[in-house]
Amino acid sequence: MKGDDARRAIDAVWRIESARLIAGLARMTGDVGVAEDLAQDALLAALEQWPAAGVPDNPGAWLMTTAKNRAIDRIRHREMATRKEEQLGHEVELQARLAEPDLAAVADDDIGDDLLSLIFTACHPVLSTEARVALTLRLVGSLSTAEIARAFLAKESAVAQRIVRAKRTLAEARVPIEVPGAAEREQRLASVLEVIYAIFNEGYAASAGEDWIRADFCQEAMRLGRILVGLAPREPEALGLVALMELQASRFPARTGADGEAIPLLEQDRARWDFVLIGRGLKGLERAEALGRPLGPYALQAGIAACHARARTPEQTDWERIVAFYDGLAAITGSPVVQLNRAVAVGMAFGPAAGLELLDGLRREPALAGYYLLPAARGELLEWLGREEEAAAEFARAAEMSSNARERELLQARAEGRR
Amino acid sequence: MRVIAIVKATEDSEAGVMPKEEMLSEMGKFNEELVKAGVMLGGEGLHPSSKGARVSFGGEGERTVIDGPFTETKELIAGFWLLEVRSFDEAVEWMKRCPNPNDEPGAIEIRQVFETEDFGDELTPELREQEERLRAETEQNQ
Repeated sequence: MKGDDARRAIDAVWRIESARLIAGLARMTGDVGVAEDLAQDALLAALEQWPAAGVPDNPGAWLMTTAKNRAIDRIRHREMATRKEEQLGHEVELQARLAEPDLAAVADDDIGDDLLSLIFTACHPVLSTEARVALTLRLVGSLSTAEIARAFLAKESAVAQRIVRAKRTLAEARVPIEVPGAAEREQRLASVLEVIYAIFNEGYAASAGEDWIRADFCQEAMRLGRILVGLAPREPEALGLVALMELQASRFPARTGADGEAIPLLEQDRARWDFVLIGRGLKGLERAEALGRPLGPYALQAGIAACHARARTPEQTDWERIVAFYDGLAAITGSPVVQLNRAVAVGMAFGPAAGLELLDGLRREPALAGYYLLPAARGELLEWLGREEEAAAEFARAAEMSSNARERELLQARAEGRR
Repeated sequence: MRVIAIVKATEDSEAGVMPKEEMLSEMGKFNEELVKAGVMLGGEGLHPSSKGARVSFGGEGERTVIDGPFTETKELIAGFWLLEVRSFDEAVEWMKRCPNPNDEPGAIEIRQVFETEDFGDELTPELREQEERLRAETEQNQ
């Protein structure tokens, strides 16, 4: 086997196996940091041996056996004693657990449970969102520290530090590596979903630009979401989040013009939307709805995205249905920004006067003071009503408030009637 | 990246021989693994070509419909997966783990799906024109 071929094969195997490997080792050792080190050792051994010996028939089991042997070596050499709190008793227990049957012999369900436990642990609320994101990408997404750093436009050393600290925090807080019980489950799941959506948004913000590495984060987030749904298929919010990401990502091919400028939703060429993702998103949302529980914020947002995805032309958009989803969202979140979006949807569904009335009610909302989209939305509806002068004043106000140069230019142009 | 893994037809699949229960359950497990790894976008098995048809295009724009079955068994397909993977090699590695879909020798062919960025400049002129038209229309509306 040529060196290059072996390297590529190992890379592919690693992509597939590493999360499961780390998850299994984390269950046995009770420490994600130790588990990751052992997995890395196994990877190094593969890099040494596979180019000459070839990829073994069951590479996952090979990696697990190798990692376990390394663990036993380490105990013998007292290398693990660097972690002072680990007493002899712990080591004996560890040795017993490591003597368990190979990964290949463990039932599929257990592998699934291990991976789900790892996801919940990496996304534990004891960690900051940033730390959770980095750790999840590293342990579950099997991205290298360098890849994560590039994506966050951060220094590799800073990301490495963040990951080290996160692992230490988990160990010090003695966070058990397990799928949380019913009492905690909803809150812990929310923490996982938040991390996945944060990764998606990291990529979403970048996907308009040239930076494919960051745009790839959307793929990574969708993959993580699909893993979660595969492991926990009866969670409507997990299904909702994956549907939401798929429906939003379905518009990527249409959201930038030839010069890299952003094209608003209602002006996009819908023929360029990704129909595989739309199909999956709509089906996922149906599955979430079919579970018969009240829809949460992700599923409701997916519902809104689905109304756009179903409309072949902007005119076919079911705005009344969108308003209904916003009603649900407003009731849960109580967010003034949701109210603002709802008012625009009401304008689209029931005419500009109805929308404007709601927007006027929001003008005294302190959270929206200084938020440029409020006057921008008012300008839009006023213009629609033919109240040109008032509309121009609102666009000018919005331009002043906007911090984005491109946006400001557009709003200024509208204020001056140039567009 | 997206890839399609194409299961090539065999004499059995063309004869409409249904897979054995054991194979179905192995394939079910494999599919579940693909789903749990978050790489499966979709996949289907196909009826034999005796239930299929071809529309063939002549040089002068004529269309001819030819009903199946078709004879070149090895050129035909019996099913496919659509996968979202991070590298082509990852797709190859997955398919190496697939149970043989048939009781006889066969093959799974793995092909990368074109995505917008692959078209590069090829797609741009027409699109640019479309977008310019769109922009002209929106300007007229305002």
